[in-house]
Amino acid sequence: MLELRNISKVYNPGTVTEMCLFDGFNFKVADGEFVSIVGSNGSGKTSMLNIICGSIPIDGGDVLIDGVSVNHLAEFRRYRTFGRVYQNPAAGACPNLTILENMSLADNKGKRFGLSSGVNKKRAGYYREQLAALGLGLEDKMSVKMGSLSGGQRQAVALLMATLTPLDFLILDEHTAALDPHTAEIIMQLTDRIVREKNLTAIMVTHNLRYAVEYGSRIVMMDRGHIVLDKAGEEKRNTSTDDVLHLFNQISIECGN
Amino acid sequence: MLDLIVSTLTQGFIYALLSYGVYITYKILDFPDLTVDGSFPLGAAVTALLLVNGVNPYLTLLVALAVGALAGLVTGLIHVKLGVRDLLAGIITMTALFSINLQIAGSNLSVERAIDTIFNAPPTMALFGGCSLIVRKLIVSMILALIFKVLLDLYFKTKNGLLLRAVGDNSTLVTSLAKDRGFVKILGLVISNALVALAGCVVCQEQRAFSSTMGTGQVVFGLATVIIGTTIFKKFDFVKGTTAAIVGSILYKICIQCAINLGLPANLLKLITAVLFLVILVLGNVKKGSLKKFGERLAPKTGKGR
Repeated sequence: MLELRNISKVYNPGTVTEMCLFDGFNFKVADGEFVSIVGSNGSGKTSMLNIICGSIPIDGGDVLIDGVSVNHLAEFRRYRTFGRVYQNPAAGACPNLTILENMSLADNKGKRFGLSSGVNKKRAGYYREQLAALGLGLEDKMSVKMGSLSGGQRQAVALLMATLTPLDFLILDEHTAALDPHTAEIIMQLTDRIVREKNLTAIMVTHNLRYAVEYGSRIVMMDRGHIVLDKAGEEKRNTSTDDVLHLFNQISIECGN
Repeated sequence: MLDLIVSTLTQGFIYALLSYGVYITYKILDFPDLTVDGSFPLGAAVTALLLVNGVNPYLTLLVALAVGALAGLVTGLIHVKLGVRDLLAGIITMTALFSINLQIAGSNLSVERAIDTIFNAPPTMALFGGCSLIVRKLIVSMILALIFKVLLDLYFKTKNGLLLRAVGDNSTLVTSLAKDRGFVKILGLVISNALVALAGCVVCQEQRAFSSTMGTGQVVFGLATVIIGTTIFKKFDFVKGTTAAIVGSILYKICIQCAINLGLPANLLKLITAVLFLVILVLGNVKKGSLKKFGERLAPKTGKGR
């Protein structure tokens, strides 16, 4: 279980642009949940992910995993059991390494990066299988450099790489936002399949209200550092895109957007 | 004439060691490391001191590697742990090393003829004693350049080497792999400067002298050779970066040798080095820019990215 307890976060403290985003913010994610988080720009969605991952420091409160504080753990140490897919498809892999090399790196996460061969030929068959399951024809391009793939292909491989090793949490940071609608749909379905197959706990930030409603087991809407909607299970299934959109528009009008 | 070719090749192979180092920081880590101007003479200073004191010349190679690694470590720690920008971290170490080198070996230190170097010590003589000194120099420096090329090529294929390549390519991924990218960067700087100091060590043995100013312009030289090499082999994906570094180094030394033969005063050498580097950089840019424009003309805006 992941818990944010009494989090406070102030941007630019002590300056004229000081902005208090979180003040006593609480949030819990139970094991096996697939949480979709929506909200307008500046509502604190991405800040929350960054706080969970330790990418930005907090000014107060605790980030707890299974009841144990991970405040002191550096970002890279938290990724030991976190997987993260970014909005930018280029962020998930190395453009100058081949698909095979990228997959090998991802497969070795959590183990020692010593002086043994970087690419394990025995695992190549497994990677091929995993790539074939994407249905993008990438299994025949294992020795192609990552940089020559399209954004959608890269994001698919990035998703695969992030989930190749056992995870506690999968963090999806607007991971379909930079893709065309068709590709975004493919990646979203792929995400759903991987989350189900591997029984992952996932937290997804998205601007696509329909994805948030259709996928996942819980929907959360944020506004200026507060949670304004939180529905799970049956309640979520009865929530339509229109309901969410209505609330979303209300908030936006209040904000003067 | 033949002697001139042999000695130019020798220079090319020796300085290839430095090019490998710059290749690692500039091409792989994407880190403009100015430590080189200090770690190169550091290797030479330590070598000169050790040789004068009767230390085995082969052992100096290892010592040079070690002190160079230490210099890289300092730059890495300044950059990663103290959060100083990459360029400035290198400048700080380079400046500090200038004084340290003076402390080690003074402003000049020559190695007398009677002292053995790696080019004429008994083991080398046993193997290549039949050749003249100038040919032996070529053979030994070529062997060194090739040994380290093979070692580096093997290293780049290991898990650790893959991680090093990843950190310059996309450091976010390294963090995602639960690895400390700062540590990987430091490791790269350590390996790079170890090689650079090794080049200094071999140069010192070859010319039997250390001078405190011998480091000036070595970064520019290294960058130029790496850019020449990688530009030449751009179209050939299978050519390794280390090969490009060797070829770049040799070509560069040939250019300089030609300039000297055409009557260039030795005092203008650094000026020519800088100008040559500028020309290489500009040529690279012009080529890229014009190609881009050419491509746009061929394919008018269709709105499709990629």
